[in-house]
Amino acid sequence: MGTNGIFSNNSLQQTTGEQEPATHVVTLVEAVNLALARAMQNDPAVVVLGEDVGTNGGVFRATSGLKERFGCRRVMDTPLAEALIAGVSVGMASQGLKPVAEIQFMGFIYAAVEHIVSHAARLRHRTRGRLHCPMVLRTPFGGGIHAPEHHCESTEAIFAHIPGIRVVVPSSPTRAYGLLLSAIEDPDPVIFLEPSRLYRMVKQEIRDDGVGLPLDTCFTLRPGKDVTLIAWGACVHETLQAARELEKRNISAEVIDVASLNPIDYDTLLASVEKTGRCVIVQEAPRPCSVGSEIASVMAEKGLLFLKAPVERVNGFDTPIPYFRRENIYLPDVHEIVSAAVRALEFT
Amino acid sequence: MLYTKTPYAQHQFIDTEGKAVGNLPSWMENSEQLLRFYRTMTLIRLFDKRVVSLQRTGQMGTYASCLGQEAIGTAIGCALQPQDVFVPYYRDQAAQYLRGVTLPQMLQYWGGDEWGNHFTGTAAGDFPNCVPIATQVTHAAGIASAFKIRGEKRAALVTCGEGATSRGDFYEPMNLAGVWQLPLVLVVNNNQWAISVPRHLQTGAATIAQKAVAAGIEGFQVDGNDVCAVYDAVQYALEKARAGKGATLVEAVTYRLCDHTTADDATRYRDHEEVSAAWLKEPVKRLQTFLHERGLWNEQKEQQLVAECQAEIEQGVKDFQALPLQPVDDLFDYLFDTTPPHLIAQRERAKQKAARLAGGNRHGH
Ligand SMILES: Cc1ncc(C[n+]2csc(CCOP(=O)(O)OP(=O)(O)O)c2C)c(N)n1
Ligand SMILES: [Mg+2]
Repeated sequence: MGTNGIFSNNSLQQTTGEQEPATHVVTLVEAVNLALARAMQNDPAVVVLGEDVGTNGGVFRATSGLKERFGCRRVMDTPLAEALIAGVSVGMASQGLKPVAEIQFMGFIYAAVEHIVSHAARLRHRTRGRLHCPMVLRTPFGGGIHAPEHHCESTEAIFAHIPGIRVVVPSSPTRAYGLLLSAIEDPDPVIFLEPSRLYRMVKQEIRDDGVGLPLDTCFTLRPGKDVTLIAWGACVHETLQAARELEKRNISAEVIDVASLNPIDYDTLLASVEKTGRCVIVQEAPRPCSVGSEIASVMAEKGLLFLKAPVERVNGFDTPIPYFRRENIYLPDVHEIVSAAVRALEFT
Repeated sequence: MLYTKTPYAQHQFIDTEGKAVGNLPSWMENSEQLLRFYRTMTLIRLFDKRVVSLQRTGQMGTYASCLGQEAIGTAIGCALQPQDVFVPYYRDQAAQYLRGVTLPQMLQYWGGDEWGNHFTGTAAGDFPNCVPIATQVTHAAGIASAFKIRGEKRAALVTCGEGATSRGDFYEPMNLAGVWQLPLVLVVNNNQWAISVPRHLQTGAATIAQKAVAAGIEGFQVDGNDVCAVYDAVQYALEKARAGKGATLVEAVTYRLCDHTTADDATRYRDHEEVSAAWLKEPVKRLQTFLHERGLWNEQKEQQLVAECQAEIEQGVKDFQALPLQPVDDLFDYLFDTTPPHLIAQRERAKQKAARLAGGNRHGH
């Protein structure tokens, strides 16, 4: 890391010798913060920008303390303008910086989509490698946080559909830390979607060693032999709970966190379904043209002969996520995942 | 004419001490109008406080208070006519109230129910609160275009914060309003902060009002804590729009005395001194002093008004709390004019799920 040392003669903090990496017990949002600090510490090309990311440390505190530590030339409060944030990141990235931009909520990313689709995703391709775009756009997404309108959508499919960008979704503090480090280090644009419902749900011990996790593999969170449960983001939580419920009924469920929605590690998914013969896909998003649709279609193409039952899908309804008083009707829950698994197992 | 091309001057009729400034417009002799301002601002201030307390006790979702900014909505609500269309953002409680949006309905909105956007009365044609910042300005330009195309004497009035003026969604429709001479009034609530980002990090321009210059429309600043100044400006801009004389940008300079929303903690990014200094300029006390000195107000009237407002608010809270949870059907039946079969099928599943959840059998099978 850190070959583009354009700020290296500044009086910024540099790595201070070879110390044993500290261990922290942190939430997912704190893990994001740790990863950002680690990346900034290790590579002076990494800059953070977005709305309220400076003094306020982000509305979820993901960037807390970074401005104090790395200064306002590397941690920039932008004017309120998402198209600008994305477009400026493209420009910065083309100059050897590694911008990590925050879009305050996924519901406000849409003005940035033009820059993501038409430029970030294609700069390398259009210039046949002359320019490239190592930027990360982080944004919280998903429901279940009792938030105002437009703060709870899961529109990851829009991004997973675009050739030329990676879409990465952590679902635990450990994976948030490792995947974000790799996303920042990656030479291509990454949309990094952070499930806001998980931000403070659990804590894990993390060794702040700067070591990333691979960006294009699934994570098998629980081995099983009867049914494969596939999820990402906040739904991983209910999916794991469902696996524990199924265990009480002597059903052994394998739980896989997809984590990378583009590209998707189909080798792992197909190997699991080859073993179990049954596949349940869980997502918060509506069903049509979703990431779940894509996984299901690959199961049909390549996994057909492994399958002993039709692929089951648990998802939101084909409606906007309801405003919070009725939100729980929409969000996939443990009961629905368990029922889907049981249907797959009982299929004859 | 008062509002010549002066984007840098700040209009004011009542100063921070409650004293008249310069020559007052003749409409200010109408004490009924002044008292209507005062009643509305008092009601909204008390209501706002009550909503925050509901949120603090877990009975309300995230709420954007309008503390210190009541004059803007009050002036807008009084200046708008029934045929106009109001396109609000989310700190327009006073204007919405005057348009006929009821207190229970506002509570329903912030309480997480889409029915809170289903306005009736004069507000029936107004747009709902807008959350994606500045996007509503484009819609307002479209509404104004419709009026222009049909030759109607109506105006669209849109509000937003000063942070919103950094977005293309603010500049682009303002530009259009200049080109097409649209009957559009843009009122910017410049409360000095966009969450934690101060005004000076939002734009290098000396004023928000001067952004109008590049769009070829008239723009000026008013003291946003002087309800009379805001009313006069908005009234002028609306009449101009209805008369087919084009669009106006009104920058109402005020201060956000509250946190950004109940989810925010402003002590993380701004000094207590700045806030206490701003309290000295707040709009309600100022108008009260002015009315008092004109013999229009006294302690007894104040007590009576506060009691009336409290009663109206408590009734509103009660009515809100008695509202039933919206039926599950409503999550499906408003997406299309005719609900397509796949949604009807999903609606049935959703009802079963609702029944299961209501049975408290969340994780059972
Ligand atoms: C497009 C968009 N980006 C970000 C947000 C999150 N957000 C909500 S309010 C706000 C600040 C708005 O500031 P300003 O326009 O000054 O209005 P104020 O809230 O101060 O009245 C932000 C960034 C949003 N709602 N919409
Ligand atoms: Mg503001």
